[in-house]
Amino acid sequence: MPSLGADMEAGTLVQWLVKPGDRIKRGDVIAVVETEKGAIEIEVFVNGIVHSFTVQEGEKVPVGTVLALIAADGEAPAVPTPPAIKPVPPIAPPPVRPVTPAAAAPPPRAEKQPAPAPGPALQPSPARLRISPLAMRVAMELGVDPAAVKGTGPGGAITRFDVEAAAKAKAAPPPTPPAAPAPAALKPARPAMMAADKQAAMRRAIAAAMARSKREIPHYYLGTRIDMSRAMAWLREENLKRSVNDRLLYSVMLLKAVALALRDFPELNGFWVDGAFKPGEGIHVGVAISLRLGGLVAPAIHDVDKKNLSEIMTGLHDLVKRVRAGVLRSSEIADATITVTSLGEQGVEHVFGVIYPPQVALVGFGKIVEQPWAQAGMVGVRPVIMASLSGDHRASDGHRGGLFLAALDRLLQEPERL
Amino acid sequence: MTPTPQAASSNHPQPAGEHSLTALRQMILIRRFEEKCAELYNAGKIHGFVHLYIGEEAIAVGVIAQLQPEDAIVATYREHGHALVRGVPATAVMAEMYGKQEGCSRGRGGSMHLFDAATRFYGGNAIVGGGLPLAVGLALADKMAGRARVTACFFGEGAVAEGEFHECLNLSALWKLPVLFCCENNLYAMGTALRRSESETDLCLKASSYEMPAWPVDGMDVEACQDAARRALTAVRGGGGPLFLEFRTYRFRAHSMFDPQLYREKQEVEEWKKRDPILTFGARLREAGLLDDNVLKSIEDDVAAEIDRSVEFAEAGTWEPVEELTRFVYSERTRP
Amino acid sequence: MSAEGAAAQTVRITYREAMRQAIREALIRDPRVFLMGEDVGRYGGCFAVSRGLLEEFGPERIRDTPLSESAFVGAGIGAAMGGMRPIVEIMTVNFSLLALDQILNNAATILHMSGGQFNIPLVIRMTTGAGRQLAAQHSHSLEGWYAHIPGIKILTPATLEDARGMLWTALEDPDPVLIFEHGGLYNTEGELAADAGAVEIDHAAVRRAGSDVSLIAYGGTLGKALRAAEELAAGGIDAEVLDLRTLRPLDTESILASVTRTHRAVIIDEGWRSGSIAAEVSARIMEGAFYELDAPVARVCSAEVPMPYPRHLEEAALPQAATVVQTVRAMVGKRD
Repeated sequence: MPSLGADMEAGTLVQWLVKPGDRIKRGDVIAVVETEKGAIEIEVFVNGIVHSFTVQEGEKVPVGTVLALIAADGEAPAVPTPPAIKPVPPIAPPPVRPVTPAAAAPPPRAEKQPAPAPGPALQPSPARLRISPLAMRVAMELGVDPAAVKGTGPGGAITRFDVEAAAKAKAAPPPTPPAAPAPAALKPARPAMMAADKQAAMRRAIAAAMARSKREIPHYYLGTRIDMSRAMAWLREENLKRSVNDRLLYSVMLLKAVALALRDFPELNGFWVDGAFKPGEGIHVGVAISLRLGGLVAPAIHDVDKKNLSEIMTGLHDLVKRVRAGVLRSSEIADATITVTSLGEQGVEHVFGVIYPPQVALVGFGKIVEQPWAQAGMVGVRPVIMASLSGDHRASDGHRGGLFLAALDRLLQEPERL
Repeated sequence: MTPTPQAASSNHPQPAGEHSLTALRQMILIRRFEEKCAELYNAGKIHGFVHLYIGEEAIAVGVIAQLQPEDAIVATYREHGHALVRGVPATAVMAEMYGKQEGCSRGRGGSMHLFDAATRFYGGNAIVGGGLPLAVGLALADKMAGRARVTACFFGEGAVAEGEFHECLNLSALWKLPVLFCCENNLYAMGTALRRSESETDLCLKASSYEMPAWPVDGMDVEACQDAARRALTAVRGGGGPLFLEFRTYRFRAHSMFDPQLYREKQEVEEWKKRDPILTFGARLREAGLLDDNVLKSIEDDVAAEIDRSVEFAEAGTWEPVEELTRFVYSERTRP
Repeated sequence: MSAEGAAAQTVRITYREAMRQAIREALIRDPRVFLMGEDVGRYGGCFAVSRGLLEEFGPERIRDTPLSESAFVGAGIGAAMGGMRPIVEIMTVNFSLLALDQILNNAATILHMSGGQFNIPLVIRMTTGAGRQLAAQHSHSLEGWYAHIPGIKILTPATLEDARGMLWTALEDPDPVLIFEHGGLYNTEGELAADAGAVEIDHAAVRRAGSDVSLIAYGGTLGKALRAAEELAAGGIDAEVLDLRTLRPLDTESILASVTRTHRAVIIDEGWRSGSIAAEVSARIMEGAFYELDAPVARVCSAEVPMPYPRHLEEAALPQAATVVQTVRAMVGKRD
């Protein structure tokens, strides 16, 4: 079917004006095609003999479809090749989505799929704070909880002025977290830093912390592969019982397993301060969360070992949401006793992280990949994750670190006890 | 040795013969080039709108050969023939049809927008009537700078219905600007016959009302076109102001590639084809002893080779990198 | 700054006279420059901008045209391609619509469409805006429309310096530049440096520094923004006033820098709100300074009606300093 115009996609072959066996020459009209604009005669650009028709009268075919085979003078008829252009897809009405209220659940997903990753799938909060983007940012910098600020702007919106007033009202400025953006001085007269400056400040803070880590902390690195088949099977079963909103991510199991394992390895959970190890009060797991504009923060979920999976899930959701909105509490940034970083979503298999001083350990997880797995002389395919430990050799030794990873593995083989 | 038209013409000492064979060859080049374009369009190599000049070749060949290199041309979207006769290489024209960056407009314009600074070919203008003001301005610049140049402006009879036609004829006559208006009256503005769109169908009468000489010309006769253009250019170049030529012609093909031609009778097309400018001029040359089968074959072979080269060139051409999309929205050079 | 003594010398001058001096200087400096338009010669310009120039430079360079906007704007394009540096005057922006084909389809496209071969160093001046009870066919502000078109540049001189200095820079530009002169400005009078000359046309300018809100204006609304800023200052609100000067290409950097200083923005635009240049500025603030905003961006534009004749209705339809003040007060709420 020849292309007869920029707006032609298909044509109906109305009539063949020749028949197989006919001799034709360049310029002959051999067929009539009906288009949106009317009937058009199809001319041929070769001399030869009509071999066969591949499209019959009355058929509608897309542009590019072979209509007939012509044996050009001096050649045998070729075998038709299928049209390069894919056929016009059948026209069907678009799938109708049920109309749901704005605050309702997202559309149901296929049952066996894991729950959506945190972040993009976050649901809109039912009662959004009326706060200006600038005020939100300043609140994050000053460690002010915007929910507690009274707005005086248009329509009661919270403005920068309101946030700064609330910050002043607090007795002391909040502690400065190491990797948080540079502290904002409480000088209303001074214009707030520009976005690019903020980015640069965060980058500088990360640079300082990481450089200090690599300069001061003698890292050792251990890695082990953990069979996740039991954990994932359990998670599937568990999620079937849960409503869509309450489903768990496997990363919650990892956090819980890390926290439980740490109970037996206190030397990995705490801080190296003034030349000595200081154990953490409680197991507060920092979760590394990257920011959309670059950089990262690792705020803590408190007492992870004492929380059940649902509570950790809620905590994680909340944390991600607030990281993206830029409203972290300062305690969340300063309190972490260990950091867990998971780069599986980025497709990474092995993570060997840099410890976040003054912490003394960092646990890394890659993505779950199916791998051949030999056990008891049999080879099978298992979902496997690479767990790693970056340890501060001043506070712990490789031997203990290895035992920690083994304990982590054991815990993940008994998911129902997490 | 395959005789080239030039070599063949050396058998005929009169210069008229040489010029005649050149004109014949140019008409054949346009005809074969556009037949190839139609084929390549059907094959999906050329896209967009393509308007063929087949049947009207005598006009571009007759007029443009009379222009000087420093003269300017403003043409329409049915301009392949004008570009080829003006000397834009067939390779660059074909590459432009393909949209390749080796095309005469870097592939940016396609069939409707052939541009070439080297031959002062100012498009390739696809707004009916929109090229006329450009031609008036080019001529104004020449006049103000005291240059004895002419701007030849081609347009179809459809443009006569546009306000810009009347504005420009008036302005150029008022200011006595050196424009040669070449109206290619092929009787149909797309599918609308002249008699169904104009209360006065005598186009020369319209032009005359602006106080400029206006002559009808047989657009199917290349010698008539040459003769009219030669006389008109002498007058315009002499400072007499603009001049209007109405070339009465006919396109043998549809308006564009996607046109079932519901608006005219096949019989009418067949009648006009009897006046095919290539056939009638060829017959005249044979009578004069300037053309025989051998010479014609050598012309056809030579043209076929040129077109083959142009297709090869276009096929081998390259696509402009997408990174260059925004180049030339504004100039990259600074003003001298 | 360097020539302390000379720079201190100022002259009292109107916007109209500053513009006339700019044209005169261009005619003297560059023999390729000429002025063309309706009633620019014998009448002295519809708004008297070109009065006296015909006597000084003669009818070749001060060209009265017929009422054929499309033809003489297109002729300007052609003349620019032919090596001249035309200044085309269109009486009002409403009349420019008769030449929109030439401006959009030719002036703005030919460089890109020709693959960079033909640039068009053309300047088009026209009056824009309301405030003189000229009703619905002489009063609109369509510069925002024109700013939609890539390939042309849009200047809106609001000050005496810009009226005096933008034209020469525009003539130096290799591409088409449209200058929109607000009709209400011609009679404004002030002090201008005696040696005032060409100014750059690439950047917006802060006309009043402030810290609480950015009033973003151009052309005819700059004065209103400055008056509003004075009134706001009396109430303790410190407004910055940014004069866009050039609507295409828009100086996004200066806009974002101002909003980053003040965290609030009100755009004052005599165009209709929907799809206006104000809408474009607002969108760029959202894209580039969202996290700097302490309040939603606001716009003070013309009412979405054809401009009415009676003064009270015309005033009601136009952005006014009082409206700007109200808008800012509502936006700022409690001051910081």
